[in-house]
Amino acid sequence: MSDVQVAVGAAVEDRVAVASNWKLVWWRFRRHHLALVSAGILICMYLVVLCPEFFSTQNPERTDARQAFIPVQTLHFFDDGWNPWVPGIAGKRNPVTLRMEWTTDPQRKVRVQFFTAGEPYRVLGLFGTNIHVIGAADPGQRIFLLGSDRLGRDQWSRIMRGTQTSMTVGLVAVTLSVIFGVVLGGISGYFGGAIDLVIQRLIELLQSVPTIPIWLALSAALPRDWTPIQVFFAITVILSLIGWTTLAREVRGRFLALREEDFVLAARLAGCSRMRIILRHMVPTFMSHIIATSSLAIPVMIINETSLSFLGLGIRPPAISWGVLLQEAQNIQTLALAPWLLIPGLIVIVAVLAFNLVGDGLRDASDPYSH
Amino acid sequence: MDAGIRRHDAGIAEESIIRTLGMTRYIVQRLLLLPFLLLVYSFVIFAIIHAPPGDFLTAYVATLSATGTSISIDQINALRHEYGLDQPFIIQYLYWVRDLLHGNFGLSLEYQRPNADLIKEQLGLTMALAAMAFVLTWLIAVPAGIYSATHQRSAIDHVLTVINYVGVATPNFMLALILMWIAFAYFGISITGLFSSAFADAPWSMARVVDLLEHIWLPAVVLAIAGTARLTRIMRANLLDELNKPYVVTARAKGMREWRLVWRYPVRLALNPLISTIGWYLPQLFSGSLIVATVMNLPNIGPLLLRALVNQDMYLAGGILLIYSFLTIVGTLLSDIALVMMDPRIRMET
Amino acid sequence: MPPIPTATKPLLRVRDLRVSFRMDEGTVRAVDGVSFDVFPSQVVGIVGESGCGKSVTMRAVLQLIDAPGRITSGEILYRQGATPIDLARLPPRGRLMRALRGAEIALIPQEPMAAFSPVHTVGAQIIEAILLHERRDGRPIGREQARAMTVELFRDVGISMAEQRIDAYSWQLSGGLRQRAMIAMALSCKPRLLIADEPTTAIDVTTQAQILALLRELQRKYQTAIIFITHDLGVIAQMAHYVVVMYLGRVMEEGPVDEIFHSPMHPYTKALLRSIPSLQTEVRAALPVIAGALPHPFNRPAGCPFHPRCEDIMRERCAMAVPALHSLGPRRAVSCFLHSDLAEPA
Repeated sequence: MSDVQVAVGAAVEDRVAVASNWKLVWWRFRRHHLALVSAGILICMYLVVLCPEFFSTQNPERTDARQAFIPVQTLHFFDDGWNPWVPGIAGKRNPVTLRMEWTTDPQRKVRVQFFTAGEPYRVLGLFGTNIHVIGAADPGQRIFLLGSDRLGRDQWSRIMRGTQTSMTVGLVAVTLSVIFGVVLGGISGYFGGAIDLVIQRLIELLQSVPTIPIWLALSAALPRDWTPIQVFFAITVILSLIGWTTLAREVRGRFLALREEDFVLAARLAGCSRMRIILRHMVPTFMSHIIATSSLAIPVMIINETSLSFLGLGIRPPAISWGVLLQEAQNIQTLALAPWLLIPGLIVIVAVLAFNLVGDGLRDASDPYSH
Repeated sequence: MDAGIRRHDAGIAEESIIRTLGMTRYIVQRLLLLPFLLLVYSFVIFAIIHAPPGDFLTAYVATLSATGTSISIDQINALRHEYGLDQPFIIQYLYWVRDLLHGNFGLSLEYQRPNADLIKEQLGLTMALAAMAFVLTWLIAVPAGIYSATHQRSAIDHVLTVINYVGVATPNFMLALILMWIAFAYFGISITGLFSSAFADAPWSMARVVDLLEHIWLPAVVLAIAGTARLTRIMRANLLDELNKPYVVTARAKGMREWRLVWRYPVRLALNPLISTIGWYLPQLFSGSLIVATVMNLPNIGPLLLRALVNQDMYLAGGILLIYSFLTIVGTLLSDIALVMMDPRIRMET
Repeated sequence: MPPIPTATKPLLRVRDLRVSFRMDEGTVRAVDGVSFDVFPSQVVGIVGESGCGKSVTMRAVLQLIDAPGRITSGEILYRQGATPIDLARLPPRGRLMRALRGAEIALIPQEPMAAFSPVHTVGAQIIEAILLHERRDGRPIGREQARAMTVELFRDVGISMAEQRIDAYSWQLSGGLRQRAMIAMALSCKPRLLIADEPTTAIDVTTQAQILALLRELQRKYQTAIIFITHDLGVIAQMAHYVVVMYLGRVMEEGPVDEIFHSPMHPYTKALLRSIPSLQTEVRAALPVIAGALPHPFNRPAGCPFHPRCEDIMRERCAMAVPALHSLGPRRAVSCFLHSDLAEPA
């Protein structure tokens, strides 16, 4: 039994014998269809991160009290052939509650165009344009693909901006964690001794901290008058403050194991410098593993950011993140009236799910002993 | 038999005594470390709650002026002096620790009541909720993980895997929101709080306990779901690892019934790493309930902490943070001890 | 060499056994038409390189093949009483198969280190086996009695301080002691057939010799039949009465140990024997090796599995058809076109 498996893992065909590690990882990853689909979703999300304005239909900050709580205008593509449209909106004030009650009217079709001209914006601060991927054919008309909130802001466009913030927080926080984790874990594992002891105690101390309360306390300690950008970076640092410990432990463990490996001894006997042994011989052997671990850490960061912002202690308005958007859904009465305010939450779930699936796929693919 | 083995034999009896002693020493060592750790935490916590610019009075004045009331500078300074807020950081810290050592958690600046009372009122329910979620998690996750691993690639395994992925991906508060929304929009009931209005402030009685049990299960389920999903995944993965080990083949070759050998050998080993994390998990649940409790408006120290943080009611926040830390340390200690007791390999090394 | 015990009917008769593993990359035919007999109180040695399917064959006898693997065809006839039962037809987890495992057919696994649960004492694991199968006057025996039996077994396999040792954990014992404990467990219910899967590969050479001596002694004492799996021809020479040589899931040659060693017929057996160092070979002479490498399991050569590495290859024949296992007498068979032109039906 074990004989057979080892043989299978060793080489499928001759080309396997000469394939680089990354190629092997890719071949194994390709077999996880769900992970592939998830990777596609994540790529789309990061396209939104690069330029949310391109995907928005209007300015996410534009308020209009007369257009509050407009329901989702479902996008239709066909109407006697290719002719995209959304149903029109008709409002009536409820005589008892005095609220506007909206109904969609499929008879009144609002024409929609792809790659249409709209508000001008700059792409990555490089050049200006006014092309949006989707928008109303009549520039004066507002369309609400995912409804509007209590201030009449377009949720679709706000989600695009929120995606940019939340996905970036996750990525930056994990990058910081990885840097901390790899450097400190590497030092701890490679040098051992007193340094190892100090770093290990520090990690233990940080890991036995009650995370959520401490996060809240730290976020609450941020000055009220900071700019959204400052708050954004502070929150990111706070999130990565705890995240690096797990990674550092893992890196340390790998270093300890690798230090004893024959190929490291061989490199040392061949006269390689310490730095070269670490960078050329040791790091590449667990690089793919680190990538898998970090892609599993991003969703945790995203959930934490969303929770903090939801409680009002994370990203603060006017900045928009998924958590900020979900603050609108805090009131159950409002939610019963406008259930579409939960859509940002669904986006969170999809993003986290996609990251987890990709991370699991990568982890399986990066394990050289899997089969 | 060679001499080496005989020498080894003579050692066995003595070694076991030393090992038992080592175990006790290990626990005593960890217990001695506890006050030291608490001291470190208390300092860090105080630094954090002291960090925001301004103090409670600044926030207080801001609230007052927002409502149109004004207060003179002299009055504020008098208050500041009274609360010791004008002292240097380190003096304030030492006062705080001195009071803590006397069991005095200070006075809430906002509620004008002893912090200890405020915390005590909520602590019991907070712990009851966490404990209930914890029991639910294990009751569901362990059997589900075992089933998934022993029936790998079966239909139920796939269903459980999907549920687990979604469960892990859903933030606690989202789940609470969705459940509350469904209950309100489709059944017209509001499921916030732990008591119905009739019992909210009533003294404890049998009827109140029943009322509590009627309400507590939903937040407990919400809290348990994410943990259950995670635990099921870990249990499944651990058990799959263990099922491939040679000792399972040995047990099968003995002619044992499959479910019996699975329970007796691989499950036991797959549980070990889980037990070692119980101590981390329990405080996590405890502090994780903070967000759900806020969303569902539960009487819990979580929302109390949140309010204290926002209003810079620093001694109340500090007291709650310290309690969270204390529970975390004790939890970690308990799980380390549990692991040592469960696994003879570690038991005999320490 | 002990004389070959003569018995009329085989205890175990394996006929044309095939086991395959269906995986994503393809199907591996790990055992591809294996036949051999084991007579009561006889030691059969199965020899071959790693990956030749010897361990899988033995797992199949115990019905312990794991998930992607499956017995696809063939018979495993075990004689219990008058009529033989076909083990290949029994449900792997059924009551009948479980009653046989441990009680009638026992296993000594490859790695004694990993074969015991590290969190249960060695004794508890052996007592469990005894409690499962042993009956006194039709009733299960008590725990105390089982414990006493275990202590007795430990003495039998040469473990000193048996009373203390049965309360030890496997990782507290040395490699040799662990394997002795494993043998004690295998013998605990006095099985008629013992499968020893490379029982000495994980142990150092001196201990190896002790374990082999112990196994020989116990075999004579209990008259147990043993299937001894190894890649070490030296061990085969010491232990076995009868030898089965396997390559890539097929039997190349089988026969009494003297004949295999003194007049091998299959080119593979000859090559294997040449690669054993001996006292007569000249000092510093290069040890002959078998040319080529074991092919990948997905890449089985067509025709005779050994033909790409064979020195006596007949081009137009060996690559085209699979030679059948041809019987050359009551207890001697070879599958090679040099000796018989009989081919497997395509």
